[in-house]
Amino acid sequence: MTYTDSLNQSRLSAAVQRIKPSGIRRFFDLASTMENVISLGVGEPDFVTPWAVREASIASLEKGMTSYTANAGLLELRVAIADYLERKFRTRYSPENEVVVTVGASEGIDLALRATIDPGDEVLIVEPCFVSYAPLVSLIGGIPVSVPTSLDNDFKVMPKAIESRITERTKGILLSFPNNPTGAVMGEEELGKIADVVVKHNLLVYSDEIYAELSYDAPHVSVASLPRMWERTILISGFSKSFAMTGWRIGYVTAPEPYAKAMLKIHQYLMMCASTMAQYAALEAVTNCEEEMNEMIISYRQRRNFFVKSLRETGMECHLPGGAFYAFPSIKATGLTSEQFAERLLIEEQVAVVPGTVFGEGGEGHIRCSYATSMDQLEEAIERIGRFIQQVAKERK
Amino acid sequence: MTEKERELLNLLEKEGRMREEKIAKMLDVSEAEVKKTIERLEHDKIILGYSAIVDWSKVDVSETVTATIDVKVTPKRGVGFDEVAERIYRFKEVKALYLMSGTYDLSVVIEGKTMSEIANFVSEKLSTLDSVISTTTHFQLKKYKHDGVVFEDRDDDHRIVVSP
Repeated sequence: MTYTDSLNQSRLSAAVQRIKPSGIRRFFDLASTMENVISLGVGEPDFVTPWAVREASIASLEKGMTSYTANAGLLELRVAIADYLERKFRTRYSPENEVVVTVGASEGIDLALRATIDPGDEVLIVEPCFVSYAPLVSLIGGIPVSVPTSLDNDFKVMPKAIESRITERTKGILLSFPNNPTGAVMGEEELGKIADVVVKHNLLVYSDEIYAELSYDAPHVSVASLPRMWERTILISGFSKSFAMTGWRIGYVTAPEPYAKAMLKIHQYLMMCASTMAQYAALEAVTNCEEEMNEMIISYRQRRNFFVKSLRETGMECHLPGGAFYAFPSIKATGLTSEQFAERLLIEEQVAVVPGTVFGEGGEGHIRCSYATSMDQLEEAIERIGRFIQQVAKERK
Repeated sequence: MTEKERELLNLLEKEGRMREEKIAKMLDVSEAEVKKTIERLEHDKIILGYSAIVDWSKVDVSETVTATIDVKVTPKRGVGFDEVAERIYRFKEVKALYLMSGTYDLSVVIEGKTMSEIANFVSEKLSTLDSVISTTTHFQLKKYKHDGVVFEDRDDDHRIVVSP
């Protein structure tokens, strides 16, 4: 390390030095240098945003809608979001006071945590999970506490696992179902048991439901729709996955007024408002594009069925993911670690997957495969994975 | 019709050559059931046939010309438009025929080798039918999209290779 490096390093905040760069980066770099790669590593839909949505955004630009909107977002968009949530998930929020339109659900998670966490507060994080939760908690001085899930329970979170990790400093619990990377979902009864623990210990719930619509076997149940839960839940969602709008960076948080007001305060200093053209796009999506969304859902379900069945035929153990667009098979039988498996699969067969360890505790022994890619690619990927599994089995003999 | 049958039809409509094994996996049913269902749908004439979508513009030797002709006709008592429609669709040149609402009655899609071949058909076969009052012929200049398929090679996957 040179003198300037160490000087600069020492000037960085303790908080930022505490967090590690995302483990996904290394695989991205490795995969980017290779040719003929089939990527099952992509955490976003393979659909392009519906044309009606893109067109609505273009039209807003043509009309000159290029200024700021209200801090909380266009009122008509907040009304549409509130209507949509009530219709689909039986959760009611006041568009005037309880909905904030954000720059992706990512900002929503950050707002929810910042508005409620003091340094030293502990936040339970159900893992494996999306990579940003723990770092965001750390950045504001909170303490992320992992609540691992496992294949034994189909990666659903168990009330006991939560209860055994609660301390006096536990402020809340971050749930993300349907889950990235496991695809796990939680039904009403299962969530009800979590709700009992939450109420008993007076916790807050941060519920990231970005994959809500992508539930394949039963309609999604929002934790906020359960009795006693609405008043203690901050619901985070957005348009990225359900309407194939990842690049627009547009999402929302909804919560009872005191929380929503607090989050809005941060949001107005941080962002002023979400991108106006993205808000007009979102408005079109949420009001007119449910049919397109439903077609995408059918297509994901078909690919899930195909991919998980085919994975099992290669000899891999894989639970049926009830939502999102990821399969999370076990690779324990190969004797390799997740990192080794993913790296060798990429180098030897040019299939990119993400090692489960990237997503926190409970991820070791698994890999995340996104099936949001074309059927042709999936078929080819299965062939390559099958070949790789056989090769590894041969070596072990 | 069950939801799965509808899904099966949608899959086959997009990709008529899709293997039964693949369909079975995608719809989470047995291969035998897929086979049986397809046979029944064929028998019931819900599935009428299978064909390839061909971009003939890339095949230089077999250039074809396609035209859409708006036809105004006098419907006949008792049989309405059906009789004249049948007289028209029996010509092998007619690829498609629809009864339309609006300013004309029948929309005829015609394929021929040359423009004059189509012109001959219109003047000699179509206009001379008793019930036909008038025709307006539109020649297709370029096919951008047909049966849901875009006629252009394009890679639309702009996603980064690995993302959270």
